[in-house]
Amino acid sequence: MRFGFLAPVLTFAVIAAVMAYALFFLDPKEIPTELAGKPAPEFKLEAVPNHGPGLETDHLKKGKVTLLNVFASWCVACLAEHPTLMDLKKNGQVEIFGLNYKDQPAAADKWLNKHGDPYTRTGMDRNGRVGINFGVYGVPETFIMGPDGKILDKIIGPITEEDLKKKILPRLAGNNS
Amino acid sequence: MKILRSCIVALTIALIPSLAGAIFVEERLTDPAKEERVREIADDIRCLVCQNQSIMDSNADLAKDLRAIVRERVAAGDSDDQVKEFLLVRYGDWVLLKPPFRMRTLILWLGPFAVFIGGAIATFLFLRRRSAPAGASQKAKPLSKEEQAAFDALMAEEDQK
Repeated sequence: MRFGFLAPVLTFAVIAAVMAYALFFLDPKEIPTELAGKPAPEFKLEAVPNHGPGLETDHLKKGKVTLLNVFASWCVACLAEHPTLMDLKKNGQVEIFGLNYKDQPAAADKWLNKHGDPYTRTGMDRNGRVGINFGVYGVPETFIMGPDGKILDKIIGPITEEDLKKKILPRLAGNNS
Repeated sequence: MKILRSCIVALTIALIPSLAGAIFVEERLTDPAKEERVREIADDIRCLVCQNQSIMDSNADLAKDLRAIVRERVAAGDSDDQVKEFLLVRYGDWVLLKPPFRMRTLILWLGPFAVFIGGAIATFLFLRRRSAPAGASQKAKPLSKEEQAAFDALMAEEDQK
């Protein structure tokens, strides 16, 4: 029992370590998608006026990895990731589909004209039901769709540099072949 | 004092609505029994935006939509579990304020009991160890001759006073 005095110190250290881990490495706001590995829910939506043809489930089964980006004109954080999406479009690396979440058609049209339209197709989810079927709980969210229309992964919040490098770009490798 | 009193009155009045509890009702179901079930289910569903609020308590847009979905499912004749399952497949265990008992949540459910039992055992061992030396000292060896002499001398000194 010579080291009995260490017990409280060790207890403290363990608790502190767990809390430090939770503080710096876990984000309580990020709820991992339950749908990873599952096929995209069925939907069929009309396009944002003047912005490409409408969007439905079949369009996500392109035989290539595609992105389904949930956006809205009222969403401030969407502006943060918009340049990233425009770059992806410009480089032709990946097809991006836009799910316009609970928005006014005219407002969405105006927003896309102002900031640029990175989407091949858009779909207006006026009442947010398609979003809920996808497990969306905030905007922006970006789904990485597999070639067979299965959801590979989801990025919650604006796409960061790290998301791009770790989650998106590695999965695009097979797209150009 | 008058100002103070009116302040208290004002504060009390201001707090009354919050005591009543915030209930957001967009469109009730006409059947009160079903509406009651809707509220019971919604009370157990976590709002994903304002975490730690149920969708019944939250006025977030998503909570409103989810309440509408719960009403729809109940009106369509789903059981409570079916409604929860509908949300579970979309948002995962996380939407339930009361996490289900599964392998993944074993620590969550049993952890407190394990800590309690561990603490009880530790306390028991600690107390037993602490009382052990006291018991042992009763059987300690008797005083040596010199000690006995010193003790007697001290006692004798005490008696003389």
